[in-house]
Amino acid sequence: MPALCAAPAAPLAATNRMAAPMASSSSRALAGARVCVPQRQQQRRAASMRVAAVASPVKQAAGKPGKAAAISPEEAAMLYSDMYLGREFEDMCAQMYYRGKMFGFVHLYSGQEAVSTGVIKACLRKNDFISSTYRDHVHALSKGVSARKVMAELFGKKTGVSRGQGGSMHMFDREHGLLGGYAFIGEGIPIGLGAAFQVAYSQRVLGNESDDRVSVNFFGDGTCNVGQFYESLNMATLYKLPCIFVVENNKWAIGMNHPRATAPSSVGDNEPWIYKKGPAFGMPGVHVDGMDVMKVREVAMEAVQRARRGEGPTLIEAETYRFRGHSLADPDELRRKEEKDHYAARDPIPQFAKFMVANGLATESDIKALEAKVKEEVEDCVDYAENSPKPDMSQLLENVFADPKGFGIGPDGRYRYENPGFTAGTAEVS
Amino acid sequence: MAAASCTLRSTPLPAAVGSPAARSLLAAPTRPVRANQRCLVAKAQKRELMMWEALREGLDEEMERDPTVCLMGEDVGHYGGSYKVSHGLYKKYGDMRLLDTPICENGFMGMGVGAAMTGLRPIVEGMNMGFLLLAFNQISNNCGMLHYTSGGQFKVPMVIRGPGGVGRQLGAEHSQRLESYFQSIPGVQLVACSTAANSKALLKSAIRSDNPIIFFEHVLLYNVKGEVHGPDYCQCLERAELVREGTDVTIFCYSRMRYVVMQAVAELEKQGYNPEVVDLISLKPFDMETISKSIKKTRKAIIVEECMKTGGIGASLSAVIHESLFNELDHEVLRLSSQDVPTSYAYELEAATIVQPEKVVAAVHKVCGVRVAA
Repeated sequence: MPALCAAPAAPLAATNRMAAPMASSSSRALAGARVCVPQRQQQRRAASMRVAAVASPVKQAAGKPGKAAAISPEEAAMLYSDMYLGREFEDMCAQMYYRGKMFGFVHLYSGQEAVSTGVIKACLRKNDFISSTYRDHVHALSKGVSARKVMAELFGKKTGVSRGQGGSMHMFDREHGLLGGYAFIGEGIPIGLGAAFQVAYSQRVLGNESDDRVSVNFFGDGTCNVGQFYESLNMATLYKLPCIFVVENNKWAIGMNHPRATAPSSVGDNEPWIYKKGPAFGMPGVHVDGMDVMKVREVAMEAVQRARRGEGPTLIEAETYRFRGHSLADPDELRRKEEKDHYAARDPIPQFAKFMVANGLATESDIKALEAKVKEEVEDCVDYAENSPKPDMSQLLENVFADPKGFGIGPDGRYRYENPGFTAGTAEVS
Repeated sequence: MAAASCTLRSTPLPAAVGSPAARSLLAAPTRPVRANQRCLVAKAQKRELMMWEALREGLDEEMERDPTVCLMGEDVGHYGGSYKVSHGLYKKYGDMRLLDTPICENGFMGMGVGAAMTGLRPIVEGMNMGFLLLAFNQISNNCGMLHYTSGGQFKVPMVIRGPGGVGRQLGAEHSQRLESYFQSIPGVQLVACSTAANSKALLKSAIRSDNPIIFFEHVLLYNVKGEVHGPDYCQCLERAELVREGTDVTIFCYSRMRYVVMQAVAELEKQGYNPEVVDLISLKPFDMETISKSIKKTRKAIIVEECMKTGGIGASLSAVIHESLFNELDHEVLRLSSQDVPTSYAYELEAATIVQPEKVVAAVHKVCGVRVAA
């Protein structure tokens, strides 16, 4: 059986991927999308999945198709800290927003930490690339971007990752391969694809055959109806690029419940499974429980290894949930309490804490120590951001062009950027 | 986005690229030559190419010089480009460097941006500039603004090029002038080439620039012949070109309108006028040194452009001239632009929507007064 299946063949198979769709059926019933008898739903799904499993072009992976390596206590601690940092950081953002320290649109990631940690922290290297959407704070943190600089960016200070010029939705970090933070959903996907193209170019044209960097795109369920998503899936397979597509399906695109915006993906389905769109574009599609960091890690490791081996892209659908509204301005009145409670009970952080203790990876006091350290770090971020200076006026014009000759030649014959007012932000530039 | 542009390719090419009949040439000698041989060498170095060949030569030189330069777009590889600008290059550089993309402008434009951010220098071709309307998201948000929103961390050294303008009865959608739509995007430069010489030299500069450059070619200019410079000659992207020195009036133009203006100038010379003609080249930013020098000399200005009157390049230029050179003007700036109508298929209607030489002559009469030839 191929390591990554286009669709699970039977609900009773042992691996995580197969089990995941079943877990979500109850959530869907609770979401109020449709009232179905669970058993009938299972039968219908099993039938449709058997049909859908036909067109899988994926060959058996060369070498050992692996389960992810067993986890060491050190790695477990690292993953726990990373998730906890994501949670504490976002909670602090909410506090700071309501205290008037940050403005505009702020989209928090609370609840989805297992995906960011399980993919980025567990599987990626510093020189791999990621691209995200406006819900990018925690992706940045998992990738290794300084939490201080992320908080400073949110406060609009010049010590922020984007010098205060980007804000919550435009986190960039060249050193850590964070390609952005994008406000228009879908527009970051071709960017991540372009980074993967650059890696393939490096291997095939520039002769760096051992260059095995990968590029991972993160986006939501709503994005899966945007044209650029499909255009990118096609090109990723066509050019066999090391590009991984991770859909964080949290069921809601602001107020649009996923099944209300997206048609069923296969004839005979009554659910819009996103992972099934992978095989339609010649790549494996995998569904995973996005509230379980160990499962995400396993699936992601396999996809990343595939890409590193030059076997091309993968589409991962992670079922997850955001505990807060779409943004801090969203009253979040459409989601039902039962749905929220269901996912709160599957909170990835306590789930993983239990896992660590049960498997002897950490004790309760170890965990408390990790948490205390994270809390300290988050407090430190806020201090750093508070005490950082605001951007100078020189920043008004400085970064518009990489080459400031782009502002052209003024009436006096000099390039406008040579005008002393340029650095003061007061020069006339057009 | 269908291959409607193949009607233009039915125009027979001259002798095949590389054949002696195509151009009179001798390769530039690599050893220094004695003085009495220099004029022979100078004659030998004069090479005439068609604009598509000149662009191709510039592209070839830059791809050879820098292995990170690559071209992506529809039919740029095996087909050689709809206007032959990349003819045969895939055989030399391979399929990755001359990337045949699927028909997904927004997708491959974004892919070009991502590649540019991470170290390549892609040139993205729009088969027709009009198709890039589908790529507006990526051009505006990412190509133009990303250097700024990333706090200067990522540069986007891309060239976005393709043919635009009104052709011969291509219909409204294949006759668009996107320079007016793109001009407000912060962070991009807009350049319009007009001769074989400046097309090659400007393209080389655009490829070497670290800024995103939108490079406008014209559907009807690909077969325009002219001398081209050697492999080391790059033309400044921010400078206008003085086409004809004069005293009576300054006529600003760009792209194909340069030829319309020069046609009018031939008539105006007979009538005793002495116009100065400036080819803007840089549609954004404007070369204010050349523009102000010229207006201070002639004190009258006419703008001749192919884009629509509303919101066109001429609209911006007219505003800037009035604001900054008001006391240097003896007459308000006249703006000759296309009509704000979709370009008709029928020939006569199409001709009526764009500026013809007669209109330029009439505008000069208006601004300078009617003269009787001596």
